[in-house]
Amino acid sequence: MAVATREGETGAAAGASRPAAATRLLASRLFASMAGLDWLAKVWWTCLSISLFASLWELCWAMGWADEKLLPPPHIFLDNIAEQGKFFNTATRWQVGTSMTEGPSAFESVLITGAATTARVFAGLVLASVLAIGIGVLVRYYRFFDRLVLPTITLLSPVSPIAWLPVAIFLFGIGNAPAIFMVVVALFFHMVLATINQIDTVNTNLINVARTMGASKPQIYARVIVPAILPGMLQVLRMNLFGAWMVVLVAESTGVGYGMGQVIMLARNTFNPSLVFFTIAVIGVLGFTFDWLLRLAQRRILYWLPDTAERLRVL
Amino acid sequence: MSSENAPTFSSRDAVVCRGVGKTWAAGTKRAHEALREIDLDIKPGEFVVFLGPSGCGKSTLLYLIAGLEDATEGGIWSFSDKVETPSPERSLIFQETSLFPWLTVWQNVSFGLAIRGASQEERRAVAAEALQRVGLIAAMDKRPDELSGGMRQRVAVARALAMRPKVLLMDEPFAALDVQTRARMQDFLLDVWRDSGASVLFVTHHIDEAVALADRVVVFTSRPGRIKTIYPIDLPRPRNLFSREAEAMRIQLTELLRDEVDRAFAEQEAFAIPA
Repeated sequence: MAVATREGETGAAAGASRPAAATRLLASRLFASMAGLDWLAKVWWTCLSISLFASLWELCWAMGWADEKLLPPPHIFLDNIAEQGKFFNTATRWQVGTSMTEGPSAFESVLITGAATTARVFAGLVLASVLAIGIGVLVRYYRFFDRLVLPTITLLSPVSPIAWLPVAIFLFGIGNAPAIFMVVVALFFHMVLATINQIDTVNTNLINVARTMGASKPQIYARVIVPAILPGMLQVLRMNLFGAWMVVLVAESTGVGYGMGQVIMLARNTFNPSLVFFTIAVIGVLGFTFDWLLRLAQRRILYWLPDTAERLRVL
Repeated sequence: MSSENAPTFSSRDAVVCRGVGKTWAAGTKRAHEALREIDLDIKPGEFVVFLGPSGCGKSTLLYLIAGLEDATEGGIWSFSDKVETPSPERSLIFQETSLFPWLTVWQNVSFGLAIRGASQEERRAVAAEALQRVGLIAAMDKRPDELSGGMRQRVAVARALAMRPKVLLMDEPFAALDVQTRARMQDFLLDVWRDSGASVLFVTHHIDEAVALADRVVVFTSRPGRIKTIYPIDLPRPRNLFSREAEAMRIQLTELLRDEVDRAFAEQEAFAIPA
């Protein structure tokens, strides 16, 4: 915000002497005024960003560079939502004697499928975070635990979640459990290591202050270390959120009743590019919203952190 | 109290150091000696400044007295109790901001009471009293990031005072402040010191600061830190720092330090020393 205003001022100074700078002045005024309405500007930029991407795609289609059977542009795959939505109705699709037109409406189907996948991501994230932070703190708290557990965690950390897929099915069969398990396993090991790293980088002064005030080890962990690592942990969680979204699709595609992964598999098997892109769009919107909510929560929980996003704008 | 090291003196001094030495990473390849043979007695209510070149171990000695680190040789006593762990009687104030950013000013100040499980009313009352003494009662409900650097250090002082310490340990507390703020903070600290009756051990590498504050200045040699000399500042308080005596003392202290700084430089050039 401050930067935009400063640009406005320098623009004004230059514009007085040189007419060429007049357009720049106008542009910077526009930016400055938009910076005033922070959230509106954000919405505006988001729409602009997406429509730029969409129109490039549309252009490729209009020029005949992109085959609409393979890379259908947005206006085609978003054209008939009702038609696309029907494919999401996987919950009833396999039942004998149920036609595809029965059951929930197209829109409801999309909603149910999206909600099911989101719930799996959420459950996996919560489980993985609680486990990882708990184990991470224990590793640093008890030296014995550190020696006993950390080598195994480090060993399993680089294993791709895909490798766990058969294990998920062996253990949990099909349904919600293997999908949630996949999310947990994809995040857990990294998050344990991230937690330990966060604990190791807590400002020593803060710990020493607590020690001179007579705080015991449990008190130092509860009152200093855990609050001090929260900002970093939420950041780690946000990074891993996207990982969770990626993994949940793989897990779902192998066999749960319904979910975005199932729809993608269906689209692949039936060679339906429109459905693929439609599903990608829905996943994008869901993930975006999830991330946005997490950032809101982050700002709420971490009220003491300054906003650092503008820090490098001066360069 | 370990009996074999029990003091044979019945000293009621605020801090007593006998043959204190500290070697970091002792017994390894990276071992280096930070302090050697420190003997020092600090009276209750005395203001002592530790002065020395960077890396001479003066901060290390402060940490040892605080009980945050263990001496590898010798022993430290405070009011005839052996120093083995940190104690609220010996509060430490750091150079950098050490306030908890997630707590308000008053919660920071009463952190020590919260540790002991005091009630919210009691904590607030004690915090208010301590903040009154540092002139920051109005900032009680603010967060640390809303305060200036000088205000934060005053809050840190208030937090230390809330523990009613007998010894106040300060590790270059004003080093990050600008010159004007620092001068104000020195006056403020002298007021606090007079009111509290605590001994103050103050680490600095500023000769001006030493002359402005100290009853005695402990001058350290470069690594490993030993006491080069103990220099009394017998100027009456409040001090006129522009007087000829003050100027003469600054010159003498500068002379005392110069050799050590030169030696420290030569050593640093000879081989890079890990900080």
